[in-house]
Amino acid sequence: MDFEKDLSEELLKASTRRHFFRQAGFGIGSAALANVLNAADTASFTKGPMFPAKAKSVIFLFMAGAPSQVDLFDSKPTLQKYDGQNIPDEFVKGERFAFIKGKPKLLGSPFEFTRCGKSGAEISELLPHLRKVADDIAIVRSMHTTQFNHAPAQIFMNTGFQIIGRPSMGSWMTYGLGSECKDLPGFVVLVSGENQPDGGKACWGSGFLPSVYQGVEFRSQGDPVLFLTNPDGVSEKARRDSLDLLKSLNEEHLASNGDPEISTRIASYEMAYKMQSSVPELVNIHDEPAAIHEMYGTQPGKKSFANNCLLARRLVERGVRFVQLYHRGWDNHGTSSRDDIVNRLPTLCQETDQAAAALIQDLKQRGLLESTIVVWGGEFGRTPMNEARNRSKFLGRDHHPRAFSMWVAGGGFKPGITLGSTDELGYNIADDPVDVHDLHATILNQMGIDHTKLTYRFQGRDFRLTDVSGNVVKKLIV
Amino acid sequence: MSASRFAAWIFLATSALSAQQLTFEKDVLPIFQQACAQCHLGDASMGKLQLGSEETILRGGSSGPAIIAGKSADSVLVKRILGLTDGPRMPMGGDPLSAAQVRVIRAWIDQGSFSKGSTPSSSAVRSDVVAADSTLFASSVRPILAARCYSCHGPDVQQNGLRLDSLAAVLKGSDSGKIVVPGKPDKSRLVRRLLAQERPMMPYGGPALAESEVATIRQWIEAGAPGPDSNAPLPASKPQKHWAYVKPNRPNVPPVKNSAWCNNPIDNFIIAKLESEGLKPSPEANKRTLLRRVYLDLIGLPPTPEEVDSFVADKSADAYEKVIDRLLASPRYGERWARPWLDLARYADSNGYEKDNPRVAWEYRDWVIKALNNDMPFSEFTIEQIAGDMLPNPTKDQLVATGFNRNSMLNQEGGIDVEEYYWYSLVDRVNTTSAVWLGSTLGCAQCHNHKFDPFPQKDYYRMLAFFSNGEHHRAGAGDYFMSEPELQLPTPDQDKKNQQMLAQIEQLKVVLDTPTLQLSAAQQVWEKEMASSEKRWTILTPLRVESVGGAALAVQADASILASGKNPQADTYKLAAKSEPMKLAGVRLEVLPDSSLPHSGPGRDPDGNFFLSDFEMQIDGKPVIWKSSIADESQDGYSATGIVVKRAGQLSGWAIDSGDNNVWRRQVVFVPRDATDIPAGSTLTFTLRHEMRKTSRNIGRFRLSVSAIPDPAFIVKIPASLRLVLDKPISERTTEEQQKIAAAYRQVSRLLDGTRDQIASLKKEVDKLGIATAMIMKERQSFARPAAYVRERGTFTSPGELVYADVPSAFNPLPRDAMPNRLGLAQWLVSEDNPLTARVVVNRFWETLLGRGIVETSEDFGTQGERPSHPQLLDWLATEFMRNGWSMKKIQKLMVMSATYRQDSHVSEDLVSRDPYNRLYARGPRFRVEAEMVHDMALAESGLLSTKMFGPSVFPYQPDGVWDIPYSNDKWVQSSGEDQHRRSVYTFIRRSAPYPSLVTYDSPSREFCTVRRVRTNTPLQALTGLNDPYFFDAARALAKRLVSEGGATLADRINYGYRLTVARPATASELTKVTEFYSRELAAYQENKEAAWKTLNVKAGELANPAELAALTMVSNVLLNMDEAVTKE
Repeated sequence: MDFEKDLSEELLKASTRRHFFRQAGFGIGSAALANVLNAADTASFTKGPMFPAKAKSVIFLFMAGAPSQVDLFDSKPTLQKYDGQNIPDEFVKGERFAFIKGKPKLLGSPFEFTRCGKSGAEISELLPHLRKVADDIAIVRSMHTTQFNHAPAQIFMNTGFQIIGRPSMGSWMTYGLGSECKDLPGFVVLVSGENQPDGGKACWGSGFLPSVYQGVEFRSQGDPVLFLTNPDGVSEKARRDSLDLLKSLNEEHLASNGDPEISTRIASYEMAYKMQSSVPELVNIHDEPAAIHEMYGTQPGKKSFANNCLLARRLVERGVRFVQLYHRGWDNHGTSSRDDIVNRLPTLCQETDQAAAALIQDLKQRGLLESTIVVWGGEFGRTPMNEARNRSKFLGRDHHPRAFSMWVAGGGFKPGITLGSTDELGYNIADDPVDVHDLHATILNQMGIDHTKLTYRFQGRDFRLTDVSGNVVKKLIV
Repeated sequence: MSASRFAAWIFLATSALSAQQLTFEKDVLPIFQQACAQCHLGDASMGKLQLGSEETILRGGSSGPAIIAGKSADSVLVKRILGLTDGPRMPMGGDPLSAAQVRVIRAWIDQGSFSKGSTPSSSAVRSDVVAADSTLFASSVRPILAARCYSCHGPDVQQNGLRLDSLAAVLKGSDSGKIVVPGKPDKSRLVRRLLAQERPMMPYGGPALAESEVATIRQWIEAGAPGPDSNAPLPASKPQKHWAYVKPNRPNVPPVKNSAWCNNPIDNFIIAKLESEGLKPSPEANKRTLLRRVYLDLIGLPPTPEEVDSFVADKSADAYEKVIDRLLASPRYGERWARPWLDLARYADSNGYEKDNPRVAWEYRDWVIKALNNDMPFSEFTIEQIAGDMLPNPTKDQLVATGFNRNSMLNQEGGIDVEEYYWYSLVDRVNTTSAVWLGSTLGCAQCHNHKFDPFPQKDYYRMLAFFSNGEHHRAGAGDYFMSEPELQLPTPDQDKKNQQMLAQIEQLKVVLDTPTLQLSAAQQVWEKEMASSEKRWTILTPLRVESVGGAALAVQADASILASGKNPQADTYKLAAKSEPMKLAGVRLEVLPDSSLPHSGPGRDPDGNFFLSDFEMQIDGKPVIWKSSIADESQDGYSATGIVVKRAGQLSGWAIDSGDNNVWRRQVVFVPRDATDIPAGSTLTFTLRHEMRKTSRNIGRFRLSVSAIPDPAFIVKIPASLRLVLDKPISERTTEEQQKIAAAYRQVSRLLDGTRDQIASLKKEVDKLGIATAMIMKERQSFARPAAYVRERGTFTSPGELVYADVPSAFNPLPRDAMPNRLGLAQWLVSEDNPLTARVVVNRFWETLLGRGIVETSEDFGTQGERPSHPQLLDWLATEFMRNGWSMKKIQKLMVMSATYRQDSHVSEDLVSRDPYNRLYARGPRFRVEAEMVHDMALAESGLLSTKMFGPSVFPYQPDGVWDIPYSNDKWVQSSGEDQHRRSVYTFIRRSAPYPSLVTYDSPSREFCTVRRVRTNTPLQALTGLNDPYFFDAARALAKRLVSEGGATLADRINYGYRLTVARPATASELTKVTEFYSRELAAYQENKEAAWKTLNVKAGELANPAELAALTMVSNVLLNMDEAVTKE
């Protein structure tokens, strides 16, 4: 038997198969389009859950800039006690910091912690609203990452890799599951706070996946989606007329030319038309009852985290798969009163606490919390030491990848638990470390996806969100 | 408490466990038996690690000792269990250990003494292989292993020491022991791993083997794992070299039946395959379609109706060829073909990463356009871009060409490791070079040996070494980024002016630094004034002092106030004093050292510093409002100005640069806004606040005085450090002190004000010259062979062996006369022995013209890429390309001249099912045009397009808010005049916020090399095409053009619109449909003129009868959005 010949035939078969599937990914426009906007019609292209899913949607509240865990979730009486003293050399020998130079001094949290709810979770006084839903969330105090600069760490938290170029979690999810919404994008991004996140649009980029899977940013100024509104003077009727004409001309051309791509183009124009009404309807939060506005602290028309939280609920209600909110400003180095722990951190908490808690309550009262995963957290943590950059007089903390806190709620995550712990100073993780890939693996798991099996072949290699690692954190899920 | 005692206390919780002596066998081993047995106990020693005894654990595995006695935190075992190292978390693939288990293990390590237990005996190795005469292994088992396992356990790579390509090797097993127990498949690790009975499951990271495949393997083991000769290895079974790594041989042009169809040899290769598949080629496309196709492909713009007409009318045999020659000679050619090259070159106008500051790089872009227009041979094109700087006496253009590699991103984020990010740019250069020239995924070898292609990790770093000898240095305040060379490209006129002004500035600086008699005379007057001014301040003796927070404040003999006792958070001091009546010109606050304060003060924080946020004064209860507050010294960012000038939402105040020089006295002078009298007998009250919550940065010792002198701030206009010198008589000052005082005086001297102004305005003039710059590569002066460290697991922080610049070992070596440097690399890339470059390049041209490459994965020619659809055609084209001196235009001409290219693109139902992706080329290409063309075509068709070439990038219309980037106030300021309507290749590209409507049509962000763009079709494109003001403007302009050029009747105008947008007149049915639409819209606009004016974006009343043009605008909007209008047919 000719072994070499057999082998090459096998390889050829494999490559042909691959060829077909790759084409299915983005060659056939209709499939790709439907994939992102209309999962139901494309069962053959959409992989769908691999096993029964606990959750259908994800809302990721990304606190860009990295909130201080020791001031919000990780209470450290020992740190308090030794406030102002030099940190023991054992901790910082050979450590690399972004800004700290010389011998840093420990900085106890200036804020009070209390045990809340039945679960007795420790939450800072800065988050009074979150304290009320303490029994609905799972706090993870033992997160860690490998990156300690904003842009790479944000890219890492979003794409599982520190360098730009891989698909974000939302892209993977819409690629793997499609969307249950027919007239909105499956992956929507909402930004509030000081600015865009440091990682830029790469945080919601689709990397090597087709661009239909990239997050669509709903803007808070101008059109929520770029070019959604008809030009001045063009009535809705004129637009409908022109789309009818366009459709008819394109259909005529399809009949004579026969390229199926033309039908995809027709569909994409029709979808655009649907979005012209569905998106404004979605972002119009005026029609929400007063009680809801009060609950979230929303003010229609304002660029705010609260408005975005309410929009997030409206999006998942409509079946959107992945909603990501960015709120930037948590980079509390203490170089001035505008980025310190004492003045700025409480302001940020005021900007976000009420709405984040309201989102949980609201989803819960609508029965949506069971099927929606809410994640809160930033790209890394902050040092238990005062940064004192250029001998700053303001209190602040440097970047700290070794330990930080996040919380998750809904979607089959265990409510009312606190997972993991850090040492007495909050410097290193003591128990149950959870890394970024573990978090990703667990979220995918709740969505019915085995993180080792959701792959995409690119440049000769099968890539996945969790790269080559990641374990489902069983202690976190029901 | 000392730091070390403190640390010991911190770990008390952990060490508490150690009170009870733990034993390995009783406490620790059970944990390992439960969690680690599969891989590290008994026969299994993955990574050579055995956890069965303390001795083997101390000896460790291939990563070194697993534990360090007494140091659990530093022990690899603990780090791996906690997932805190770069390696996999343990237990790999299993549940993490519980916190309690981890504590036990840590306590056991920390107790530090071990019983030297004996290694458990590994079970006897079976060698009694049942000999059986069977070919089962060779015929059935090995093909399975070859297909599924060789990439990690084959001839090139042996993960864990295991290779599966011969019977002997399979029976030998891995570093961890045997994998096959003959006769016992259930006990054979090979089977257990394949069935996930043991972890990790194999094939690692790949889909499981089919049941039948596993059954075959089981059957073979059950039969005793026989082979033809179980002791001798089978003949070497190394698969033959991958096709792409063998130099292309010029194939013979195949004979074909339908030779009449063939225009050139390309067609022979194509039709030979079609004939073998029983397919026929499509007829040639009609002339209009063909002309539009070749215009779009060669110059990226549609033909004008006149050009179409004249081509249709030209019945000569070479009509088509004449068009092609004309297009290849057009300056538009370079603008069109620069686009794919600039994607490869990741050209952009900003640095990328977080800050993403703008950069000036367009000279490189213009170089590419010019080189393409001049048909620079691809070999030269390569050498100049990779190593133009290393050519003898490089020209300006050759230097600009090296901008190719400078297009890497540059990180300027605060707090990064500058060297690390410089290294990332070298990584980018390696990956880009290998993608662009070798169509190779060498990047995979950054972290480990390539899994599929023959690139060991060292090859990667050998390649990286080529780029490691470039000039670079740290730059920016605080050295926060890496700077590489720039070339100034002034025009002769600019150069002259620049030189003149720089020389002038230098001269003026000398004036500032030169002591003169006049200056020293003036200095003496100034010094006297300084000395006497001290006497003109009246020190206030406090009557009453109080600390709100409870500190003890005591008035000293010199009327200063010293704080002691409690040091509360954000304390406030209040004091009262009497003064002589006077016109108050200023109040002075001196902060003074004292040995009782930390670091001798003057503040009370641990560094002896303070933070004064507010200083208030009342005269008999009436507040004084300050105009200014000026100090002789402030800490950076804590200027005394901040006491008086407050910004919303910002807390500001004064701190000092205490350092070690606490003997200095610092002072701040407050100047009242309005004329203020202190009447006789009045009481002055002062409030000093230290409003920094949660800190205790209060002043330790201070003193107040008042003065009526006209310029009260005069006294603080000398640095605090020099005041002591000033107090000395001139004769006692050292030379250095004298120079310092003179320099300090010159800083403030009125006599030099004019000179300082002159310098400032000259600097502005230099900036205004706007001298162009280019980013270039420059080799460091070095005689050493460029070298680089292998980085373990691809991580910058783990340097390994040093390797020297060389090309990947699987390929032809460097040419004999080439040096092992960047220039040698460039020469190697375009050497005729290089198996890949020519193939990769012609394949990309084919892809651009025909829509898909002959190798569809144009980015990956390796074993994991697609096989070429027409391997012989690819090799023929590659050799033809080289034979023609690497002329890009010649090979492209050959392609567009072929009958293959010229076929009709009509898709029959039969073809859809037989060859949906047109891999056999039984029809012509039909694809949506690329993003830049979508833009350029709309401008060209509407008559807006500017043909201006070259120069700085431009800013066409973009919606507000797209450039909303942290750390940047850069605004997108729309270009004016014709720059609004330039070709897209000139549009400014900011990597973190690229031009949105180009991105919508799949243009990349240019952060990294993009070999192949995806081609999508989305609703966002529909919204852009319909509503983006850029496109709607084009619709308005097109409507005007239809009126002015299209003819008198509506039908003529509609036809003209069709001819402009799709190069053909409308069909009768189309004409009817568009006419009906037009009438409907016309009627609506006649009813609503307001809407018509708005549609046309003119003032109400500007056009008396706007309805017609508005309705035509809507027609144009539709025409520009037709599928056919954005498709190359």
